[in-house]
Amino acid sequence: MINEPLLEMKGISKRFPGVQALEDVDLTIYPGEVHALLGENGAGKSTLMKILGGAYQADSGEIYLDGKKIIIHRPSDGIKAGLNVVYQELVLAPHLSVAENILLGQYPQRNPLLVDWKNTHKLARGILRQLGVELDTRRTVRNLSVAQQQIVEIARALQRKSKILVLDEPSAVLGKRDIELLYQIVQRLKEQGIAVIYISHRLEEIFLIADRVTVLKDGKVVGTKPAKELDENALVRMMIGRELTNVYPKRNGDIGKEAIRVEGLTREGRYEEISFSVREGEILGIAGLVGSGRTDIAMTIAGAEKRDRGEIYIFGNQAYFRTPSDALRYGIGLLPEDRNLQGLFLKRPLLENVSIASLSQFQRSLVLNLREERNKVKSLVNDIGIRATSINQIVENLSGGNKQKVVLARWLGANSKILIFDEPTRGVDVGAKVEIYRLINQLAVDGAAIIFISSEMPEIIGMSDNILVMWRGKMAGFYSKGEATSEKILQSALLGANNHDK
Amino acid sequence: MINNRITLSKIAEFRKSTDFRVILGKFGILFGYIILVVIASILSPRFLTPTNMLNVIRQISIFGILSIGQTFVILTGGIDLSVGSILAFVVVLTGGLLPDYGILPTILVALLAGTGLGIVNGLGVTKGNVPPFVMTLGMLGIARGLAFIYTGGMPIPVLNKNFLFIGNGHVFSIPLPGIIFVSLVVIAALVLRYTPFGRRVYAIGSNAEAARLSGIRVDLNKIVVYATCGLMSGVAGIVYASQLAVAPPIAGEGYELDSIAAVVVGGADLFGGEGGMFGTFLGATIIGSLSNILNLTGVNPFIQKLAKGALIIAAVTIKARGRKQ
Repeated sequence: MINEPLLEMKGISKRFPGVQALEDVDLTIYPGEVHALLGENGAGKSTLMKILGGAYQADSGEIYLDGKKIIIHRPSDGIKAGLNVVYQELVLAPHLSVAENILLGQYPQRNPLLVDWKNTHKLARGILRQLGVELDTRRTVRNLSVAQQQIVEIARALQRKSKILVLDEPSAVLGKRDIELLYQIVQRLKEQGIAVIYISHRLEEIFLIADRVTVLKDGKVVGTKPAKELDENALVRMMIGRELTNVYPKRNGDIGKEAIRVEGLTREGRYEEISFSVREGEILGIAGLVGSGRTDIAMTIAGAEKRDRGEIYIFGNQAYFRTPSDALRYGIGLLPEDRNLQGLFLKRPLLENVSIASLSQFQRSLVLNLREERNKVKSLVNDIGIRATSINQIVENLSGGNKQKVVLARWLGANSKILIFDEPTRGVDVGAKVEIYRLINQLAVDGAAIIFISSEMPEIIGMSDNILVMWRGKMAGFYSKGEATSEKILQSALLGANNHDK
Repeated sequence: MINNRITLSKIAEFRKSTDFRVILGKFGILFGYIILVVIASILSPRFLTPTNMLNVIRQISIFGILSIGQTFVILTGGIDLSVGSILAFVVVLTGGLLPDYGILPTILVALLAGTGLGIVNGLGVTKGNVPPFVMTLGMLGIARGLAFIYTGGMPIPVLNKNFLFIGNGHVFSIPLPGIIFVSLVVIAALVLRYTPFGRRVYAIGSNAEAARLSGIRVDLNKIVVYATCGLMSGVAGIVYASQLAVAPPIAGEGYELDSIAAVVVGGADLFGGEGGMFGTFLGATIIGSLSNILNLTGVNPFIQKLAKGALIIAAVTIKARGRKQ
């Protein structure tokens, strides 16, 4: 490796009211390396990157780029110096074209008044080619897929002559195939001598693309090591400070009667002829690529999307429902894919977030019995183990895992017997993941019927009694716990039912 | 009682937070009001007299009642630009019906008319998918137009002595409009805090999609909210016609902005999900007190308009500063 560091962050400390977010953190990045930054939620990764990007100011510490000390007061300083952060939430202008977004604010001009559009598109195409991507530069960004939007964002960073690119959980929103493309792009950037700081919760991908790994815990650096010298267990140990055993504990619950049965469920253009059943105490996993219809099925069962054909039976009785409030009465609860956008009332306190689906329980004639409500919510919060300063805490400030538990508490409070988890561990750190697995298992043991949607192979195999694999809106495979392997599931998910040998 | 409770929980939070700006953000309204009162009582000894305070309450009661309805709408993330026009329609309807039908039937019809127009707003916003700004902007024109058509453009005199008591009478030497306003604030605050409907209003304003997925009937609740706002416009219209003893079709022009100002100064988030009746009450009182002290000290009325504008911006700036932390 080249010996001259490209970027050095030395002794970075940052304090927020009540928390030491970062304490004396050192980070050294070499040109052309992919440097993974790992740590549980709240370990300080995002804060460190925000300081690098100029969104926050460090309380102390220094930053050197190419051996020269630089001071970053605001994002534009960082960009000028060649630092670019691609945040988790993409910041594109949705109504503008691909080319306009890539060259935003720096359009080529032939005279001081007019933009040279021909040249704009030419430049944009050149940059995309550098990334090895074919994309029509005239398309409106709003109409692109998430993966394509991410590419546009990376292209924009490249256009600004970035030396260092920070990718904050870029794979969290992508399907399997798009992740492959992302890896290729990272590889290309690397070949051009651009350093990539890569933040991710997916440990397996760290070994695929990272050269070195820095692990943060509680605002301090646990260590920086070459990826080659580590394995998954070693990484987890560094991240949580202990060994993780029994990630998918065995369940010893009784399987009860059929809770939900779906027959020939069809929504034109989304999914067709879906049939399955889940009994009490059972977990049905639904695997498949993003966009294979998994989420649409979940939304339909939760009453949030319509169906064109097919029947749903709840405890043996045919259920007719058109809205989530109907589904709620049948005891169905959905933990949606995007907690922040679909699940939570971020500005409201924990209490209100939990009790919103069960207010009728606390209603005495016209008004709510607030004491009863508080007691119920408190006991739910304790049972599930939500860590919050009080039930009055604003939900926005909770960690990803705790947020997930808030939505779960809501449905448990509403006595839901059929729970649909859509990607419950996405963006959740390793420790919290295991906790969520335990909770789901406990719910099953207590007699809930669970539908578990996930893109992560190990967890879907580890958790589910049966696994349904979706491929382009169709059922491409159905495996029981014993027979399911990553290969079989992947083959069904990628190729469909007809094309795999069985 | 309700205000007391809210203040107590705020004090509890206050102890926990150490950062001054956070405190400023949370208590900005209250601080602002106290500072205003102190300055005002130095500038004019008459300001803090009971007579004057009651005067302020009477002056703010009409747009204050409007701002109660406006608070519900803004809490859901919407806005109602039609409250002033609906008020005008109710005012002329009251003036027109009163001579022939007597007080109670007139009031009933007037309230129903206000509520009905509110329901139309609600249906447009939910079933018609028209953005609240556009829907109620349209209603601003329609209701005002109805008021002009009904009167032929001429004001209708209101002569019924008993009816005039509503806007001008006193109970225990407190002006009746003030009593109506404060009672409605208390009822609305209780509804927001103690009923499932109140919770749903906050939930919808905080995240409509999450509310839907949690089993809340979002459309239905929004329609109820716009209907409530229409009802409040109806109440305000009755008070208006009674207080002024005349029913002009130009009644309440610009009141929509005053009502929105009260809600915003009161600390509500225009995007919904945050705010409350106590805040709105303070907001309306601050705006009213400011006009009052400027009147008492004989400040040029043109400057009064300027001061009100500056107040709105200042209130929101202070809140935004607190939020930043």
